[in-house]
Amino acid sequence: MGIVEAILLSVITAATPLVLAAAGELVAERSGVLNLGVEGMMIMGAVSAFAATQITGSPYIGVLAGIGAGVLFALLFGFLTLTLVANQVATGLALTLLGLGVSGMLGEGFLGMQGIKLQPITIPLLSQVPFLGPLLFRQDAIFYLSIAVVAGIHWFLFRSRAGLKLRAVGDSHASAHALGVDVVRTRYLAVLFGGACAGLAGAQLSLVYTPQWVENMSAGRGWIALALVVFASWRPWRVVAGGYLFGAVSISQLHAQAFGIGIPSQFLSSLPYLATIIVLILISHNRRMTLINTPASLGKPFVPDR
Amino acid sequence: MPVKGQTASGPLLAVSNLTKLFGSFTACNAINLQIEPGEIHALLGENGAGKSTLVKMLFGVLAPTAGEIAWNGEIVRITSPSDARKLGIGMVFQHFSLFEALTVAENIALSMDRNVSLARVAEEASHLSRVYGLPLDPKAHVADLSVGERQRIEIVRALLQNPQLIILDEPTSVLTPQEADRLFETLFKLKSEGRSVLYISHRLEEVQRLCDRATVLRHGRVTGACDPRAETPASLARMMVGSEVAVVTPEGTNTRGDVQLEARHLSVPARTPFAVSLKNICLKVRAGEVLAIAGVAGNGQSELFDALSGEYPVADDKAIQIRRNPVGSRNINARRLMGAGFVPEERHGHAAVSTLSLSDNLVLARNQSDRRAFLGGGFLKIIRQGAVKAATKRVAEAMDVRKSGEDPPAGSLSGGNLQKFIVGRELDRQPAVLVVNQPTWGVDAGAASRIRQALVDLAKAGSAVLVISQDLDEIFEVATEIAVISEGRLSDPYPARELSREKIGLLMGGMYGKTEGAGAAHAH
Repeated sequence: MGIVEAILLSVITAATPLVLAAAGELVAERSGVLNLGVEGMMIMGAVSAFAATQITGSPYIGVLAGIGAGVLFALLFGFLTLTLVANQVATGLALTLLGLGVSGMLGEGFLGMQGIKLQPITIPLLSQVPFLGPLLFRQDAIFYLSIAVVAGIHWFLFRSRAGLKLRAVGDSHASAHALGVDVVRTRYLAVLFGGACAGLAGAQLSLVYTPQWVENMSAGRGWIALALVVFASWRPWRVVAGGYLFGAVSISQLHAQAFGIGIPSQFLSSLPYLATIIVLILISHNRRMTLINTPASLGKPFVPDR
Repeated sequence: MPVKGQTASGPLLAVSNLTKLFGSFTACNAINLQIEPGEIHALLGENGAGKSTLVKMLFGVLAPTAGEIAWNGEIVRITSPSDARKLGIGMVFQHFSLFEALTVAENIALSMDRNVSLARVAEEASHLSRVYGLPLDPKAHVADLSVGERQRIEIVRALLQNPQLIILDEPTSVLTPQEADRLFETLFKLKSEGRSVLYISHRLEEVQRLCDRATVLRHGRVTGACDPRAETPASLARMMVGSEVAVVTPEGTNTRGDVQLEARHLSVPARTPFAVSLKNICLKVRAGEVLAIAGVAGNGQSELFDALSGEYPVADDKAIQIRRNPVGSRNINARRLMGAGFVPEERHGHAAVSTLSLSDNLVLARNQSDRRAFLGGGFLKIIRQGAVKAATKRVAEAMDVRKSGEDPPAGSLSGGNLQKFIVGRELDRQPAVLVVNQPTWGVDAGAASRIRQALVDLAKAGSAVLVISQDLDEIFEVATEIAVISEGRLSDPYPARELSREKIGLLMGGMYGKTEGAGAAHAH
């Protein structure tokens, strides 16, 4: 395997959790819910996946545990913001802090343990394709799942009736309610899906990226995922493009250091956020772009009149 | 289209003792209403009379506190709009329940209970829109459409349900006379198919022309049920408001002074691919004149208002002159300081901040132009609450603004009362130039006549008034001169008394002396 392939492989591994978490958050935001707790759900996914794998010996049960932990945290968020109509921004921030704390506590007994890596699944024939084969078709299940999830979200949002309803809820919850769409239920489902994706992203961190448990191992990836949703202007495939771009940037930090290139690593790690700000400027410059791409009721609480 | 399952006789819809309480406030009080199959039934009443609440209960958006609804003789409970649609009730909302980020076809698909592919929806919608003369592009994003076009979506959306009863809330307020005529044809067609229509309107002439029976609401109670054709507009209005509606008395003896507002070859390129560009607009408004600009929604009215008010200044300073000062590149406050006042189209979010109190809204608009009165403390610019409150009270009294409490949030006022306040806020300064966009859109008859009279009086007192409106009744009530805007071009002005509605209709279709043929009246 050449150096180029090695670098590309590491980019894929770095990008997958970003793509997954951002894709899930995209669905939640399309329904009008801003969940700033992605980092918290992700780290809970990471610790739960690692712990379940250690206890059962099966990384696949670990993956399920990671998803479950993300869903559980998302359920808490949904209950607070959708049922009790708490402020979404404050609740999301609290969820992140809670996740970082609880994961540290749960993971204490697993610190320094040798992890079990999720093994790659080689796809026959396709993996024989020169260059691309080993890169794309000798990957772990979570990578395949990340691409399937994005394709599924794209189909769901823009081709299915349920997806149309979800976008309608995110654009104007009052109008959607008037048409008889169950706004709160739609948002619950979107938030839970977002939690499942964030949990899965966390599982990737502790089972594929660095198969061990380290406190705070999500290292701000939840925030990058949030930025990525805006960067992608709420479009699923752009999340993949952006995720791989941001993944490449984070990998290039390591390689830049290894080659002794004098770019401060702080500058490189701030690049995703800078890129997001530039995209925000471009979008908000054009009123039409804003109207058509941004979920208009994002972050606004919904209380039906009765 | 055949009408589905109808029983032989008896009313289609019978409402008895329907009551809705919001806390201690009774929005609807023991309402009785019967709609026969194949009739056009008018629901009349001022804003706040309980029409919207009643209709929302019929459509399953609100749950009644007490009372019964019978459909084809059977007592039904309508708990959601989807229940209502299943029964065969369609609704065109007054405040459009459209999704701006979605396309026309997606918006229509959302309101259908069956799962139909978008392609089918688009096809059916464009078929219906052709049949009923409501042109629509299914692929367009709603964000890019004008108010008038958005209403067409609402109407087509309701028609697609093949309803037995269709409820229309103020449907003609944004249509040209020709478009309104076509809508009436649509409604008569629906009626001839055996469907019923519940028609909510403030326009009494329309109700008389269209409706078989009328039910009048006031303060949540039924105050009259009549055959509108046996009544006069004045007697109908009396049932609605409980007293005579003042008739607006237009000019007659206005003395014309100097040109106060002028546009010279004003051209503005479209800001977005979907806006209208203004092409070589020339207009003059003298002191004592009311120039009304008629036109169908989306022909450059908003763009013209933006340019005249300075919301979007133009490059050429001389293209716009206020009291002989070139102001084209100056901002809104600079123009206000020269004695101009502006009332934009949207009440909420543009002319007023809904969550702020009336006095805050007053000081927001006038903190520059009346800074000596409202701001104190030198460079600290502290708001003088006393002066602002007094001015708020003055405006509310002058315009008869009905509100709960001394200084409530703007959003708590009904549309008509908030509009009276917004217009009054500008009139209170006695501006030499007033530019108003759609002064009475969605406002009840009482408030509309109050606002129009105020505009006429302002011109009589020697100000130059420019009114942009889609409502021809309004234009003929207030204008001394009329010009028509079409695709960003402005026609020559005509003295109001020399212009017929037919002529305006032709001008709206963009025909300046050309032969008829491509105009709104003939677009199939």
